[in-house]
Amino acid sequence: MSTTELVRETPAPVAPAGPDRRNRWYKLRPKLWHLFLIPFCLLWVYPFIWMVSAAFKSQSEMLLGGLSLIPDEWTFENFERAWTTARFGDYTINTVTFSITVVLIVLLASAAAGYALSRPDLPGRKVIVGILIATMFIPHGYTIIPVFLLVSDLGLNNGLLGAALAQAGPALVVPILLFMGFFAGIPRDLEDAARVDGAGYLRTFFRVMLPLSKPVIGTVTLLNFITAWNSFFVPLVFTLGNPDLRTLGVGMYNFFGQEGTDWTGMAAAACISTIPIVVVFLFLQRTFVEGIAGAVKN
Amino acid sequence: MASTYAAARRPRAAGRWRRHAWSYAFLVPAALLFGGFSIWPMIASWWYSFFDWDGVGSPTDWVGLDNFREVLGSGDFWDAFWHSFLFSLAALVIELPLALVLAILLNNALLRGRNVYRLALFLPVVTTTAVVGIVFAILFDPVRGVVNTALSDLGLIDSSINFLGSTSTALPTLIGIDIWKGFGITLIYWLAALQTIPKDIHEAALIDGASSRQSLRFVVLPMLIPLAIVILLLVFQRSLNTFDLVQATTQGGPNYATDVVPTYIYRFAFDPFLQAPRYGFACAAGVVFGVMTLLITLLQAPVLRRQYKAGATT
Repeated sequence: MSTTELVRETPAPVAPAGPDRRNRWYKLRPKLWHLFLIPFCLLWVYPFIWMVSAAFKSQSEMLLGGLSLIPDEWTFENFERAWTTARFGDYTINTVTFSITVVLIVLLASAAAGYALSRPDLPGRKVIVGILIATMFIPHGYTIIPVFLLVSDLGLNNGLLGAALAQAGPALVVPILLFMGFFAGIPRDLEDAARVDGAGYLRTFFRVMLPLSKPVIGTVTLLNFITAWNSFFVPLVFTLGNPDLRTLGVGMYNFFGQEGTDWTGMAAAACISTIPIVVVFLFLQRTFVEGIAGAVKN
Repeated sequence: MASTYAAARRPRAAGRWRRHAWSYAFLVPAALLFGGFSIWPMIASWWYSFFDWDGVGSPTDWVGLDNFREVLGSGDFWDAFWHSFLFSLAALVIELPLALVLAILLNNALLRGRNVYRLALFLPVVTTTAVVGIVFAILFDPVRGVVNTALSDLGLIDSSINFLGSTSTALPTLIGIDIWKGFGITLIYWLAALQTIPKDIHEAALIDGASSRQSLRFVVLPMLIPLAIVILLLVFQRSLNTFDLVQATTQGGPNYATDVVPTYIYRFAFDPFLQAPRYGFACAAGVVFGVMTLLITLLQAPVLRRQYKAGATT
């Protein structure tokens, strides 16, 4: 102990062994973290590894139990069962329809509203933005009953459009703020130039401003697509009376309730539900992570 | 100031509104959606909660405060509220600091493969809660579940644990899964917060003779406080509204041991086994929950504001 203390205090030329050792320690120290991080992360993603492995195991192999992650015999039977018998093929189509509808509604409404609110001289602008921010954290549990009743009164219940509207409405706040911030940052000269060239409000928006806002469109699309794909509460409530319209999450819930022992089938169904969205995320993760980070910083 | 503003505004008001007609037209779709599905439900919840109503026809059976009396007097409701609160508390006490530690680790540019780690930890966030919840229910199965098999193979337990089926373990298990699910997003919040701190400041502290740990403790962490408060509120809100996970796995059982407020509301309004929905009562429960959430947030506010100021001045 005391010797190392001594060495540390002596200047480098006299005792090169000291700083050298310290350097090595500094180089080694970040590497030591891998000893903790690798097992931790493997354990973290274990449920996914199990899910994929179980989806390819035969039902009899699953019954025997055991911890092996590599199936003795690879089989696609589970996927066939989940896709047709448990109707996950239909549910996938429903989920894609639902998610795309939500994204389109959110994009159109929030881009238009964001553009309108980006004009600093708009009367009532501050009040509107204030209301938006104040209601950002309204939980679904609090609002779901009136939303359900409203959609029923509109005659849209038991249809995916009603569910998409209910999903999109409360999700508008962050996209509106993102579009507003983006459009506010574009120099007014550009709009003035468009106006001089004879473009009206609509043409300026659709031909000039909207094409410029591609980065925001990308972020909003991705964030809302993933949220809509993974949503459960709203689709559950709106498809209670109509099993044909179930989304993947709701389908999984019912599958678990009815065939709770068909583990390999459920693993396959879980793969069908999660792998597409994970692939989408992996390709576009930078946009996604930056979108979240940007939202927090604001 | 106010009077001159009003005077200047009055004669031109009509012209100003007309000049912005297109802007207001552009606000209409968002206003309809947001008004219909966010603002209106908040008001309607209050209104409906004064009725005894099964959803058939318009609400006519005015019962005054009876629904609120029943909610406030219901042990089941307060149990559900307590469970919701525990989800939040656990997220704040366990997830928030743990995610910060890992964010600091992964923020180190010298660490190889940090993007892979970040990706692994973030993966649960992009998956459907209801689906991975069910996968966990299978992993935690008392008879053939992987967790029980592994624990008994290692000799850590003699008899299998019914993680989600016994009243004593179900709630902690679900809270654990909830933390697993939300951890990645909290990590990204922290990483974003850490990125806002200029590298020079940390380096300047090191040059001034502070150790890496000292710089972290006395320079970096205090600078994080303003954003930390935002993150804290986001995490608190998320866990307080846990529904998907509980509904998909235990539906609040066994014996209401994992019941949370959203599942409680769901049971009285939408449960298919219900004879007649009790929308008025369920709305009252929602209103009480909303008000309590607001109160808890407001109670935190003075403490947080003091911290915020402390953080802003250092």
